[in-house]
Amino acid sequence: MTTTALPRAIPVHQGTTAQRALRAAITPGGGVFVLVAVLLVAVIWSNPNFGDPSFLIRFVGRTAALAIAAIGQYYVIVSGEFDLSMGAVIATQVVMAGNLIGQDEGRILPVMALMIAVGALIGFLNGVGTTLLKVPSFIVTLGMFLALGGLVKYLTGGAATGNPVDKFRQIGRGGIQDVPVVEVIPYSVIILVVVAVLGALLMRSSYGRSLLAVGDNPEAAAFAGTSVWWTKTWAFMLSSLAATIAGILLVGYAGVHPSVGQGYEFQAITAVVLGGVVLGGGRGWVLSAAAGAFALELLLALLTFRDVESTWRNTVQGTIIILAVAASARAWTLGRRPSGSSTGQVTGPPTAPAVDTPAQPSKQPPTRSGTDTGEH
Amino acid sequence: MSAVTTAPRTKGARRNRRRTAPLTSTQLVYVVLGLIVVVSALLTLTKDRNFFSQGNLWTIFTAMTVLGFIAIGQTLVILAGSLDLSVPYVASLTTLVAGGIMAGSDANVIRGVLTALAVAALIGLASGLIVTLLDVHGFIATLGVGLIISGYLASNYQGSTGQAAEDLKFFGVTGLGVMPYVAIFMFVAAGLVWAALRWTRWGHHLYAVGGNRAVARMSGVRTAYPVITAHVLCAVFAALAGLTLLSRTGIGSPTIGSQGRYDLFSIAAVVLGGTLLAGGKGSIVGTIGGVAIFAVLDNVMGVMGINPFLKDFVRGLIIVLAVAVYARRSIVRRPARFGHASALGSVLKEDA
Amino acid sequence: MDAAVVLVARGMTKSFLGNTVLADVDVVLRPSEVHGLVGENGAGKSTLMKLLAGVYQPDSGTIELDGREVGFGHPVQAQRAGVSTVFQEFNLLPERTIAENVYLGREPRRLGLVDTGAMNRDTAELLAGLGITHLKPGTLVRQLSVAEQQVVEIAKAVSFDAKVIQMDEPTASLADHEVELLYSIIERLTGRGVAILYVSHRLKEVFDLCQTITILKDGRQVSSGPASELTEASLVRQMVGRPLTSYFPDKVPGTEVGEVRLSLQGAGNPYVDGVDLTVRAGEIVGLAGLQGSGRTELVEAVFGVHPFDRGSMTLDGKTVTVRSPRQGVRRRLALVTEDRKAKGLALNQSILDNALGVVRAVLPSRAGAARRELPGVLSSLEVSARGLDQEVQFLSGGNQQKVVLARWLSIEPRVVLMDEPTRGIDVGAKHAVYELMRQLAADGVAVLMVSSELPEVIGMSDRILVMRDGVLAGELPAGATEEQVLALATGAATEDGAA
Repeated sequence: MTTTALPRAIPVHQGTTAQRALRAAITPGGGVFVLVAVLLVAVIWSNPNFGDPSFLIRFVGRTAALAIAAIGQYYVIVSGEFDLSMGAVIATQVVMAGNLIGQDEGRILPVMALMIAVGALIGFLNGVGTTLLKVPSFIVTLGMFLALGGLVKYLTGGAATGNPVDKFRQIGRGGIQDVPVVEVIPYSVIILVVVAVLGALLMRSSYGRSLLAVGDNPEAAAFAGTSVWWTKTWAFMLSSLAATIAGILLVGYAGVHPSVGQGYEFQAITAVVLGGVVLGGGRGWVLSAAAGAFALELLLALLTFRDVESTWRNTVQGTIIILAVAASARAWTLGRRPSGSSTGQVTGPPTAPAVDTPAQPSKQPPTRSGTDTGEH
Repeated sequence: MSAVTTAPRTKGARRNRRRTAPLTSTQLVYVVLGLIVVVSALLTLTKDRNFFSQGNLWTIFTAMTVLGFIAIGQTLVILAGSLDLSVPYVASLTTLVAGGIMAGSDANVIRGVLTALAVAALIGLASGLIVTLLDVHGFIATLGVGLIISGYLASNYQGSTGQAAEDLKFFGVTGLGVMPYVAIFMFVAAGLVWAALRWTRWGHHLYAVGGNRAVARMSGVRTAYPVITAHVLCAVFAALAGLTLLSRTGIGSPTIGSQGRYDLFSIAAVVLGGTLLAGGKGSIVGTIGGVAIFAVLDNVMGVMGINPFLKDFVRGLIIVLAVAVYARRSIVRRPARFGHASALGSVLKEDA
Repeated sequence: MDAAVVLVARGMTKSFLGNTVLADVDVVLRPSEVHGLVGENGAGKSTLMKLLAGVYQPDSGTIELDGREVGFGHPVQAQRAGVSTVFQEFNLLPERTIAENVYLGREPRRLGLVDTGAMNRDTAELLAGLGITHLKPGTLVRQLSVAEQQVVEIAKAVSFDAKVIQMDEPTASLADHEVELLYSIIERLTGRGVAILYVSHRLKEVFDLCQTITILKDGRQVSSGPASELTEASLVRQMVGRPLTSYFPDKVPGTEVGEVRLSLQGAGNPYVDGVDLTVRAGEIVGLAGLQGSGRTELVEAVFGVHPFDRGSMTLDGKTVTVRSPRQGVRRRLALVTEDRKAKGLALNQSILDNALGVVRAVLPSRAGAARRELPGVLSSLEVSARGLDQEVQFLSGGNQQKVVLARWLSIEPRVVLMDEPTRGIDVGAKHAVYELMRQLAADGVAVLMVSSELPEVIGMSDRILVMRDGVLAGELPAGATEEQVLALATGAATEDGAA
């Protein structure tokens, strides 16, 4: 049944820009931005000082580390895995900075290079453990968390020894001074913007699209010639590198002490999940994950201003994780009903009796039993 | 978790098929345990100490008790195809609840214990319902529940509070021969759970649901029930672990559970004991073996004066390797028609 | 006509999403009788079985068991009523024992506890009743061979006091002596009055075992009668034989068959053996055969999914080894897989991302060019969609398949392997696919097409290879009849001069 007229070329995007924006806004990935806006309004209303531009930008600066960690965790989650070793990576980097840089400014760059190398190595090991050893990623990264934590404490004798030289700490704590309106632009904000832009560009690249495909359907990706193990391992490396950067920033404003970065992986996962990224992979936007970090911090700030103690932080995270996971996978298709013949197919009207061979169903309707023979 | 059948033996090998695998996973664990004990005994000897002395064995059994309780519960949950990461927080909470009610007085012992167990059971119920009703995997559900409890603990308890009753403390430190009473209690509990798994319909259905939910459902098994009860029991066992800790330390503590990292170590013991992370296969006996391995390793590393931080490194490594080894053993292969199937190649093929 | 019947199904009709897969089929099962159900792939045999098993419910029609009308809403109900089914994919728990599997869900109890002793004894009795004495009820199912696992499934069926046992292609994975075992079990069962519905494409077995044979074609019943009145040839003839239509596009003028692009000599792996074949540039070679004959395994082996471990493969004259799909793609092989949802597409991703998926993953330098060419490719395939950013899960089956094809076209393949390329798509889309195949051939691509639709195989192929049980059973020229193809596929003897 061919149409005689030439088919129209398929438009690159469905609908106008405005329509697309609107449709995006009601997905969990887009909704988080709306959430951030709503929370921001609520926070400022609770505490008008918050609305002061210099205050706001410093808030962004403080949240930058978590947002960067969330971006890293995003890569792993969108590929269908988990990285629970982030806290240990941060602790490692922080301790390395404290011990190896000491007060010698000249050491800053070489040590940073070493930190990046170590971060990449940890990510590589996580990736290889998950893909080649076939150990579930949460076990690999938990094991890494334990092993790394132990190793680091062993090598440093159990205590981080003091803060590195001030110049290094400036990365996390300082900024460009004497800027109009906002007074200061923290370096961490600049770093965050750079990471976010790079992260978004990466997702638009061939690698990023392959990563999404791997998370969505690893088997189809393998049949398409993707090197699944390498794609996932790269994601783990990006995650550990993100944790490294977060660690560098944290040294700046939190200083060096054992509990820096503790629980960061769960915070990052919460941020990612809040950003509408589906656990299990294949869906979600990297910038939404970063936005999720802001949503989380704003929510916690709101609670603080409402006199809820910051010790409830974990409870808030736990609740968010459960609710977001339960809702999110379904929420992505809300309001976008498939066209009438989505999962099945349309049999053209038989033009002649001879053509009336019934088309076979594309897939047996999923039977919950193990009896699907696939063909009948 | 698949109904695909495993590789059939080719035509010639029919007769000896029944015992092709030389050792079951459980037997393997105990062989490894035996080897570790022998090596440990020798190493201990080099430090002029006796591995099998009353004091040392007592220490080992004491170390086994808390992890043992938690690992028993974790076994049930993993067998059902789920997971429980909230156990450390349940244990901590238990010490506080029981300690708070007892407040050092023997009169409140029973009330303290029962309340703690009841609270734990409710938490387990919540986890189980989140898993079955909201269709969220156990890993996420219990991660969330654990975090929720953790926040509650951080907000309401600044430090240790509450006090164990003297009776409880006494129970905690006395025993029979080389074994503390609490350890005996743990072994008895393990035995009861083992019996239940073997001889009750509930146990059989637990294995079925964890092994292949679809197959279980085809046979009319109610698939939510074993999962929920597994979570409830897991939390209750975590509570028993908490009570043991309380009996030993004498006070309730909001961080004692997470300090002990019982979530990771209980999963490790369970996996080391031969239980499949995916569910449907495993045994309590194996788990106890895994717990014993960790306890003995800890002991010998302590005797040898190995830096405690390095212990963590070793443990992390063991966990990953153990899971890797067991994962290999359970690869399901499509039946080959000519020659025999290669294990690695079947990774890409997962069709009906 | 025998008065004693145990199950009568009348007017069985079933549609899935607008497709009628079974229309008005009757089947009568009698005690102590083996009733054969035959038909080519897609005839409806499995669906009928699943209706009787309670896996699906019929859209219309009735089922009577022992004279009373019944309806099975769930497989357990069918089992309890006495209709048990042994499916091709077993419903067993590999880590549990034979006894535990047989009695799953109804474990016998004594004093509230499971009575493992009774369970094992009863299981041993069941097995003995089937003539099996060498299996211990305490053995884990994963330690059994496929044949033995099948015995467990049968024992399970028998333990429900089944009056009717259905078997779906029971000998598909069995060796010869294991088939004999099955025969003896069936004999015992019928000796006890059980009615057996035996679905198989192995005509020899059907004639060995069955007293009555029902033939299905395209979801309808062609005939049902005593086996004595049929021969293999007449059976095959009734299974096929549709008028061929001019529904398949002709060759593009100027299509020339050129040099050999793909060649296999003695190639084999665990699933196929001794394969010798060639496909030339400009040729469309059809690969026919029944389900389970190894066709998918063959094309997957060529592509590197499960590589050959013996024999050799040459591409464009050079000997190569392809050990992974990635290597396959680098050598300009393309595989359009059988199940596009499971293996062909990332459903949550856009048309654009799916269509460029292969290029981006393996040949990123071509990605830019592929992106520019994409609108043209989609146009020529007549893909209709709201936008390139639309998620493919919202497309019709036909459009999805076209996206899959676009994805493979983007690498400019030299050899295109297609596995059931028109399965589950509408007529219009099929035509587009056929035209694409003709164009590929005209462009010098070698096409190897696996298909279960005989008209399609015959209508599109320059040559037809037929597989059976993992080996190539034979080759037929372009003008072959459906009967000839099916005869080779089933191993049946043919009469000459079939229409």
